Amino acid sequence: MSLLEITNLHVRVEDREILKGVNLKVDAGQVHSIMGPNGSGKSTLAQVLARREAYNVTAGEILFNGKDLLAMKPEEAACEGLFLAFQYPVEIPGISNAYFLRSALNAIRKYRGQDEMDAMDFLPKLREKLKLLQMDEKLLNRSVNEAFSGGEKKRNEILQMAVLEPKLAILDETDSGLDIDALRIVAEGVNAMRSPERAMLVVTHYQRLLNYIVPDYVHVLVDGRIVRTGDKKLAFELEEKGYDWIIKEEAVTA
Amino acid sequence: MSSNTDTIRELAQQEYKWGFVTDIGEDRIPKGLNEDIIRLISTKKNEPEFMLEWRLKAFRHWLTLEQKQAEPKWANIKYGPIDYQSIAYYSAPKQKPNITSLDQIDPEILRTYEKLGIPLLEQKMLAGVAVDAVFDSVSVATTFKGKLAEVGVIFCSFSEAVQKHPDLVKKYLGSVVPYTDNFFATLNAAVFTDGSFVYVPKGVRCPMELSTYFRINAAETGQFERTLIVADEGASVSYLEGCTAPIRDENQLHAAVVELIALDDAQIKYSTVQNWYPGDKNGKGGIYNFVTKRGACRGKNSKISWTQVETGSAITWKYPSCILQGDNSVGEFYSVALTNNYQQADTGTKMIHIGKNTRSTIVAKGISAGHGQNTYRGQVKIMKDATGARNYTQCDSLLIGDQCGAHTFPYIEVKNSTAHMEHEASTSKIGEDQLFYLRQRGLKAEDAVSMIVNGFCKRVFRELPMEFAVEAQKLLSVSLEGSVG
Ligand SMILES: Nc1ncnc2c1ncn2[C@@H]1O[C@H](COP(=O)(O)OP(=O)(O)O)[C@@H](O)[C@H]1O
Ligand SMILES: [Mg+2]
Repeated sequence: MSLLEITNLHVRVEDREILKGVNLKVDAGQVHSIMGPNGSGKSTLAQVLARREAYNVTAGEILFNGKDLLAMKPEEAACEGLFLAFQYPVEIPGISNAYFLRSALNAIRKYRGQDEMDAMDFLPKLREKLKLLQMDEKLLNRSVNEAFSGGEKKRNEILQMAVLEPKLAILDETDSGLDIDALRIVAEGVNAMRSPERAMLVVTHYQRLLNYIVPDYVHVLVDGRIVRTGDKKLAFELEEKGYDWIIKEEAVTA
Repeated sequence: MSSNTDTIRELAQQEYKWGFVTDIGEDRIPKGLNEDIIRLISTKKNEPEFMLEWRLKAFRHWLTLEQKQAEPKWANIKYGPIDYQSIAYYSAPKQKPNITSLDQIDPEILRTYEKLGIPLLEQKMLAGVAVDAVFDSVSVATTFKGKLAEVGVIFCSFSEAVQKHPDLVKKYLGSVVPYTDNFFATLNAAVFTDGSFVYVPKGVRCPMELSTYFRINAAETGQFERTLIVADEGASVSYLEGCTAPIRDENQLHAAVVELIALDDAQIKYSTVQNWYPGDKNGKGGIYNFVTKRGACRGKNSKISWTQVETGSAITWKYPSCILQGDNSVGEFYSVALTNNYQQADTGTKMIHIGKNTRSTIVAKGISAGHGQNTYRGQVKIMKDATGARNYTQCDSLLIGDQCGAHTFPYIEVKNSTAHMEHEASTSKIGEDQLFYLRQRGLKAEDAVSMIVNGFCKRVFRELPMEFAVEAQKLLSVSLEGSVG
């Protein structure tokens, strides 16, 4: 059984069909990359997987760990082990990053019937992850994402992923807004989390990130459909020739 | 449709958990308001002549106000006419006339306070907090009196102060809020039945938090309490009041007056966690909370700080204010006001800068949910001689759902050109994106809402004494509680 199995997914937003029949299987231990031009529906796919309600699923099925993902609320999907690193992380004024992280971890632990973690046990764990991402400890006491730089926000997403240890991590344009050093640190953080039990879905517009996080599969999403699947060489080809090439070929074969 | 929207709808269905009625014998006087009633109240309380005279002057003044229809109409609140003749102005639990120790109190009343989480028996008290409990019209218990007396702090019911410390009462009563102040304050002066009294002598830092807990129990009564706190030169005190009432279909009037006086180098911190019955989800019943609170920073370098968390009442009308008379004196106002269902709040502050180098800070956070209407109304006045005065005002509104409203009316009047004024304001909605972000991390929708709201209020909660900050946080969560569909 695959960890994630998407079959014929159709999604509408405000009367416009954005996803037009997406099929995708992801097994535990694998890293898949979704590439595609701006507006092709990558974030829509990520958000639907995370169960954002503004999107209207008109057809299709998604199994996550064998369970019906489309029947889950966002918090249920999260507690089942699905994590989304946001393209645009949200600010929560007045709530410290550390408190937020512990609340989230405990919500998930509670759902799974585990004991809640107190601050004493939690802090060492948090510090260790912080080091991995070379983040300043001061960020723990600041309000969630408030007045964070673009790069800090993205790193903070990966920090959350490291603490929550999901089964499936979806990274939506985690590379955008990062300089090359930050990109390397983030990628190292992500790579440290690769494991046979965990799958990752790396959504990106550019090939650049894939130099650091090497995917097992690359899927190209154009206009709401996965039009091509290959290995990492496909990413290089796209980098060289751009998306137009694939779109044209599509038009010919269609 | 979406369950975020559901959560928001569920928010309008909070339950009030303090709405029970205690069954006790009650000594009440007939409904109605006239000179005989005033005399009867004064007699029941065995008051000296000066008190009766003050009450009667207030009552006669109130009659002229009523004739002129001078009940304030300028606030952004709506309610039907109040029939002042249909209220009983005195209701006291029947108990032995002279209570000398806590175990003489009716066990039903003790149980009520237990249920509310306010144990009155000293050995069970939160360490370091002395409590005065006002049940309907009278004070039933004041704890830790002995310990406070050792350092000379007087903390007792207003009635007791009138008997035992008439000179202090005479000197300060009405000196900040005169009986002519406004319609409701005038009514209070005529009919007030009890309240708390605090006097902290020169140079004494009050060794524990003082707290008064107000409970309206009887039906068809009003509650008119009066609190007077005096901090003599170099003294300091922190005081907290809390309040609840049973669920009743009719509206009940609560018209209190609080006067604070800080002499040279004195400090008073006054915190309120107001949780009167807010009415049901259709807006039926609930307390009309029409309150006049004012502090006078009379001495140089004195400081008065108001912190309020207002979650209850059908209507809240209150403006805890500071008169900054002494040079270098400081006034602060930190406020969280939450209106849900059909609650209305018109609240804020006045900072009147008279002395030189006086400073004031205003931080007001309004949260509106359901059909709630929340108004911030504030006035900052810099008088001619207030050279070097400074004010900082921050005023934020948070909307939950789209049926509610937030309004702000900041008035600024500056008569001295050296004044330094800063004003910041914002209005935001609990965003779907914020809720989704928190839920994606595993938090339930209602926990996500309460996290966002608590974050929004943090600047104010920080000002509350520790134990109460936790209380306030819980109260906000409960007020916004709702199961998610
Ligand atoms: N919440 C939304 N409301 C309206 N249109 C949306 C919304 N989300 C996405 N879209 C539209 O759907 C299309 C796909 O967007 P998106 O999934 O963000 O693409 P990508 O991430 O591949 O750039 C775009 O045309 C975008 O404008
Ligand atoms: Mg995108």
